[in-house]
Amino acid sequence: MESLKDKVAIVGMGCTPFGEFWDKDPVDLIVDAAFEAFEDAGVEAKNIQAAWVGYTASDTAMTGIILSSALQLQYIPVTRVENACGTGAETIRGAALALASKTYDLTLAVGWDKLKDAGFGGIGQAFPGKWHPVYGAAPEIGGAVARYALAATRYFSKYGLSPEEGKRLLAKISVKSHYNGARNPKAWLRRQLTIEEVLNAPLIAWPLGLLDCCGVNDGASAAILCRTEDAKAFRPKGDYITIKGVGISCGPGWGKERVTYDFTTWEETEAAARQVYQMAGIKNPRKELSLAEVHDCFSIAELIAVESLGICQKGHAKEDIESGAWEQGGEIPVNISGGLKSFGHPPGASGGREVYEFYKQFQGKAEEPSRQLKDVKLGLAHNQGGHPGNFVCGLTIIGEPPSKIR
Amino acid sequence: MVGIVSYGAYIPIYRLSREAISAMWVKSLGRGEKAVANADEDSLTMGVEAVLDCLNGMERQQVDGLYFATASPPYVEKQSASIIRAAVDLREDIPTMDIAHSLRGASSAMKAAMDAVQAGSARRVMVAAAECRIPAPNSEFEAIFGDGAAAFLIGDSDVAAIIEGSYHLSSEFIDVWRKPEDAYMQTWEDRFLRDEGYLKILSQAVSALLKKHGLSPKGISKAAFYGPDARAHAAIVRAMGLDAKTQVQAPMFDSVGNTGTALAPMTLVAALEETKPGDRILYATYGDGADAFLLRVTEQIEKVRNRRGIKRHLASKLMLPGYGKYVEIRELMEWEAGRHPSRRSSLPVIWRERQHLFPLYGQKCRACGNIQFPRQRVCIYCQAKDDFELVRLSDKRGTLFTFSMDERAMEVVLPKVFSVVDLEGGGRFYSVMTDRDPSKIEVGMTLEMTFRRQLEGSGLHNYFWRVRPIRC
Repeated sequence: MESLKDKVAIVGMGCTPFGEFWDKDPVDLIVDAAFEAFEDAGVEAKNIQAAWVGYTASDTAMTGIILSSALQLQYIPVTRVENACGTGAETIRGAALALASKTYDLTLAVGWDKLKDAGFGGIGQAFPGKWHPVYGAAPEIGGAVARYALAATRYFSKYGLSPEEGKRLLAKISVKSHYNGARNPKAWLRRQLTIEEVLNAPLIAWPLGLLDCCGVNDGASAAILCRTEDAKAFRPKGDYITIKGVGISCGPGWGKERVTYDFTTWEETEAAARQVYQMAGIKNPRKELSLAEVHDCFSIAELIAVESLGICQKGHAKEDIESGAWEQGGEIPVNISGGLKSFGHPPGASGGREVYEFYKQFQGKAEEPSRQLKDVKLGLAHNQGGHPGNFVCGLTIIGEPPSKIR
Repeated sequence: MVGIVSYGAYIPIYRLSREAISAMWVKSLGRGEKAVANADEDSLTMGVEAVLDCLNGMERQQVDGLYFATASPPYVEKQSASIIRAAVDLREDIPTMDIAHSLRGASSAMKAAMDAVQAGSARRVMVAAAECRIPAPNSEFEAIFGDGAAAFLIGDSDVAAIIEGSYHLSSEFIDVWRKPEDAYMQTWEDRFLRDEGYLKILSQAVSALLKKHGLSPKGISKAAFYGPDARAHAAIVRAMGLDAKTQVQAPMFDSVGNTGTALAPMTLVAALEETKPGDRILYATYGDGADAFLLRVTEQIEKVRNRRGIKRHLASKLMLPGYGKYVEIRELMEWEAGRHPSRRSSLPVIWRERQHLFPLYGQKCRACGNIQFPRQRVCIYCQAKDDFELVRLSDKRGTLFTFSMDERAMEVVLPKVFSVVDLEGGGRFYSVMTDRDPSKIEVGMTLEMTFRRQLEGSGLHNYFWRVRPIRC
């Protein structure tokens, strides 16, 4: 088995702001992100040989045609992928693997979602019992907040945190994310929060309150990929990034029905991390990574993700959070972009947006100087969809190109 | 001798004080409280509860029939008894029937069960009655009506109360009625209903029964019978010459309310809880006539004491905080239109999953021994394929492993408490906790299963199991 490490480069990226775009439809989002990427890479739509498009929730789109019709791609292969919140990572993975196999020379990966036409918040969908009229059916099975809240309750109980202590610890994660988001011009909710504000926010699903949760919204991200040996043709200055590893883990599910699952780890994230760390040759992620963009749909999601990624020892997030290890200037900045918490979450677009954060940080183009990290070499973009015990995780490791190629 | 082999009852956990109803309508509606079914309950689910209470210690395989009486069935066309039978896991090769339309349905069911056992076509027949009637807001019925259920196992061995005889009277007298298109019951002037109907017809049946057995009212240890309200009940007690203090089982108007079809059966259960061997019990129902039964309690009664019955259910309660909550859980108003797409149900799915849906069978892997729910083809523990045996989980208790309380879920009673429950004997069940006080939920607490109506979809009621704190 060969590693994908450094075989494929990302030579252009685009990302719309994320938000509630009452005046934009999916085509607007796709066009804005993709044309930013085209311009960035110095290519035209007609140069793209194959494309991957990912989105999760849509009444208006089906298949890959949404991409080819929006961008007027002329009869090339477009593959629609969907892997819940791992969808963005899945588009990049597909586009990269096709290049590594040398089937194509230039590929496009676009992720988007448009949730704010639905008329309600959250990802709630009513569907018939897929296999069971009640047990498998929303809303009887619980929405995302209620399901993640199960993990928070168990984490508090397992590590001896009182609900008050636990909630205060989680509040610090939201405060940190909003601090970062407030400095990121592309973020949606650009307001700093205090711990008290987070603690006093209305309860959504105990123990999680409103400010423990990210909102869902609208957005799109895009990446142009080629084989690393061709990258200089697009970016003569060498300011492109290479893919060090891609991983997807679909769990066997039923965690909430399996007595061996304890709700305080993300098993799929652990599995995907093993895949990508091996591919990328990462031994000590905490030391080697310059930044980690982690799926923080909820405060507890970030806490457990950082532990499951091996960045922090299990049960020790408290020390890290209290010492500021995940803040800008800490040992490893987590969600320096502001995360899903500040950006909101159009599931198909978030994976690409996280890679975009690394890409811009690497190029020294963080826009707002106060949030520009120094010496950015290796980044991690993490997303997981589903619920504790029943996830799909998408992981992408990106970094500076190897010096011999550069 | 044919008689009652076992008994059980059910009273929903919620109570609404008459003070709260009085405050709502700014008038005085008496004292006490009434029992109100939770938003996920109806006559069918309460019937399941009473039958399970009655089946405590009984062999389910030996039950040869199930008759269910109610005037408030969840479906006007579609049997409830068949769903109850499946939920309580009785054999499927038995007759089931619903007896609706009359408050006398419970005794019609008992008579039919008696006759079947006497004729030898059945050894044991389960007879259940439940009521969940919606009284019109601000009507006289509103303060009076309550919800509840009772069940009796009728048989001719190990009989706890022998049915010595019965008398049946059919009458075309009309007191309350409801046409299919009526939202609420209609009725007539109470004086006519009481003086010309209830007092005369019920007394006639009771007198005829006593005469048939050569008994005077003094020969009755306890009388358990229907009454439309406390006043009418007191009046008939006087008219029959019974001593209200010593000879009459009070029908719980102040604590449960008039539970319609289930009222006399619940009152009989309350009497059986207090009775001793040798006691003679008069049991009578009323509605479209009257049925009266004479029971004699045997030594066997001591062996069926361990029931939740009336007394324990009565003591276990949560007060509704006000009339508004009652409006909400009984859906007495038109609500704001939802923006979420409406749910659909699928009959083929319900049919395919019937064993797992109604009696809640999980699977035990023969290769690794782990119990799992829901149904799998490949074991979620050891990945062995198609090597399972069925295990009933609906009678298992469990421990709360973790939970969350959703304040915005699509659910009438919020927060919706999502619960991960590790079951005794193995297996884990993910469920919603009902009949709970949110301030008293903690990891590690013990829970039990309860059959509830949960989601509506495609015009169907969906029934399935939830968990609740050990009720009583």
